[in-house]
Amino acid sequence: MTEPLLKVEGLKKYFPIRKGLLSRVSGHVKAVDDVSFYVNKGETLGIVGESGCGKSTTGRMLMRLLEPSEGKVFFDGKELTSISSDDMRKARREIQMVFQDPYASLNPRHTIEKILEEPLIVHGIGNPKERKKKVRDFLEIVGLSSYHAKRYPHQFSGGQRQRIGIARALMTNPKLIIADEPVSALDVSIQAQVLNLMQDLQKELNLTYIFIAHDLGVVRHISDRVGVMYLGKMVEVAVSEKLYDKPLHPYTQALLSAVPVPDPNFVRDQILIKGDIPSPSNPPSGCTFHTRCPFKMDVCTKIVPKLVEVEPGHSVACHLYGEQAQQ
Amino acid sequence: MSARKAILQVKGLQTSFFTDDGVIPAVDNIDFSVHEGEVLGIVGESGCGKSVTSLSIMGLVPSPPGKITGGEILFGDKDLTKLSDKEMRKVRGNDVAMIFQEPMTSLNPLFTIGNQLMEAILIHKKDWSKKKARERAIEMLKLVGLPRSEELMKDYPHQLSGGMRQRVMIAMALVCDPKVLIADEPTTALDVTIQAQILALMKDLNERLNTAVLLITHDLGVVAETCERVVVMYAGQIVEEGPVPIIFKDPQHPYTKGLLQSVPDMRFKKQRLYSIPGNVPKPGSISKGCRFAARCEFAFDKCLTENPDLYQTSSVHKTRCFLYQNQEVLAHDRTLIES
Ligand SMILES: Nc1ncnc2c1ncn2[C@@H]1O[C@H](COP(=O)(O)OP(=O)(O)OP(=O)(O)O)[C@@H](O)[C@H]1O
Ligand SMILES: Nc1ncnc2c1ncn2[C@@H]1O[C@H](COP(=O)(O)OP(=O)(O)OP(=O)(O)O)[C@@H](O)[C@H]1O
Ligand code: SF4
Ligand code: SF4
Ligand SMILES: [Mg+2]
Ligand SMILES: [Mg+2]
Repeated sequence: MTEPLLKVEGLKKYFPIRKGLLSRVSGHVKAVDDVSFYVNKGETLGIVGESGCGKSTTGRMLMRLLEPSEGKVFFDGKELTSISSDDMRKARREIQMVFQDPYASLNPRHTIEKILEEPLIVHGIGNPKERKKKVRDFLEIVGLSSYHAKRYPHQFSGGQRQRIGIARALMTNPKLIIADEPVSALDVSIQAQVLNLMQDLQKELNLTYIFIAHDLGVVRHISDRVGVMYLGKMVEVAVSEKLYDKPLHPYTQALLSAVPVPDPNFVRDQILIKGDIPSPSNPPSGCTFHTRCPFKMDVCTKIVPKLVEVEPGHSVACHLYGEQAQQ
Repeated sequence: MSARKAILQVKGLQTSFFTDDGVIPAVDNIDFSVHEGEVLGIVGESGCGKSVTSLSIMGLVPSPPGKITGGEILFGDKDLTKLSDKEMRKVRGNDVAMIFQEPMTSLNPLFTIGNQLMEAILIHKKDWSKKKARERAIEMLKLVGLPRSEELMKDYPHQLSGGMRQRVMIAMALVCDPKVLIADEPTTALDVTIQAQILALMKDLNERLNTAVLLITHDLGVVAETCERVVVMYAGQIVEEGPVPIIFKDPQHPYTKGLLQSVPDMRFKKQRLYSIPGNVPKPGSISKGCRFAARCEFAFDKCLTENPDLYQTSSVHKTRCFLYQNQEVLAHDRTLIES
């Protein structure tokens, strides 16, 4: 067994809700509520789930762009959650993020060259000449040309800007890339280009990815393993074929059956789940999916199901499975 | 073949925006019809002119800078492009209604749901009493599957979830039994489990009320699942049109082919995605030749200099590509023989 590159234990983020003149804390948004998972070296872990389920919050906590309320993050054997913020800044050389909207994260007043050089300067890598060369090299690697270096972000299309976002993440030779909805804002034809690029780079540079997205097709395409989140919790994690071919959690089943498939001849049993996603500030008791679950039992409203491995490489948090484990 | 009558015909429609940077031909000479009771999809990537097409039909193109510069939009014997604002207001809601991507932009946050629904009814049914309008409003909320419809009448838009708001919008669009419902990305802002509910609702209403639906989307999955026919747009033009089963099985236009191949399929893992090289062009940026030529793997000399027409390649299928020019002749001959 390979040692995981990243390991997360009991991660939580509770955002305080403030009310009234004195800004008293009247409650908490349980954005991420006790999430544990790992990512092996060289693999891609996909994280899917609907809007507000806590995907981005999880991603940001891994890099400590957001301080966890509780829980531990281990990266390459080091516990990131206990090191000083100075050491954390250094560690970020090895963990980089790619965002959904590269435009918002690229300074509009800086040339591409300056944008790409900046992480190198921050981490004190190379001399000016070496840095310029590296910028040109990485532009080529992501399928742009060195003559693009002197241009500004607004002179690029969405797909090109995402390539720049990826190039910037790669500048410091990171081991882990956390990509938060990297293709969600792109058109289908451009999305395929960026996904292919990410796969090529992974092979060439032996990268490990955490790929956050709400598009289940995209996630299947790129991921080795996939975790499904619902209301701040990881409800199922499995090798992607297993998850897509034989989903165990009722939410995963409903989610997969809701995705429109680009094939008019495809007939399936659609599980239409009723109702809306509850608010994370007031999540249902026990299993948080019980308000919408077609298989709800008495125990579901009372006891929070734990995420347990029910088959090798397949974990699920639901009282329908592994009964002994839930006691 | 669809023996159904066309109730809405778009003929040679041209809509342009006159901006400081020049004229943007957002919709450039498009033709299509919506048949009675059908669900027709318009699919295409960002900026290809889908929304401008629907706004043109509704008479809602922001003007200035926008203007319909050519063509006609026939609803029955009325040309909607020739109507006065007042006449057009009557058409909206009564004959043709529209729902948008983000329901919050079309619901007034200051009024209750009931208020807004009743107003929408009373605009068109001037002789109705308030009580009757109220009953109709509640009936509509039930129709779109909203629970506790009486209480909901008193709620404000922000008290509703995104999916519930979209249902309210659909209810509001349907209060006067329009013949055509235009839905511009009605589920794009929603989560998939909620999207599934809304699409099921729209199909159900289409079947029960026989309302024709023009569904605008960029999601090929949504088209496959909901539409009978589809129009594929690229850079302000229609590049392919036909029945959904045919377009998905035997796409003709290289763009449609590429698009279908580049979508990841959730059911199985493709080793590598097909990807169309290059970028989606801005409208008006290509002045000569086929607009897809720079990205097309089949492009030949003629494609760079001449503009392909939308060739009728079978009685139900049209394609804007020189590779199918000869098929048009064949299809034409066939119809001559058959007739
Ligand atoms: N700074 C914050 N303060 C308070 N609540 C927050 C904050 N950031 C996020 N949240 C809440 O935490 C929950 C999780 O948000 P998060 O952005 O992680 O979701 P997500 O899964 O990334 O959703 P999306 O798919 O929409 O990006 C949401 O309910 C959100 O409103
Ligand atoms: N008010 C406007 N002023 C100038 N140009 C406009 C305006 N509205 C639309 N356009 C242009 O018209 C073209 C077509 O836009 P349209 O909104 O129809 O695209 P779309 O197919 O609906 O795309 P999307 O999938 O992003 O909604 C675009 O290039 C757009 O920039
Ligand atoms: S624990 Fe109960 S409510 Fe939750 S998903 Fe399983 S069966 Fe449904
Ligand atoms: S006309 Fe030419 S460039 Fe255009 S799609 Fe057909 S083959 Fe390609
Ligand atoms: Mg997010
Ligand atoms: Mg649009």
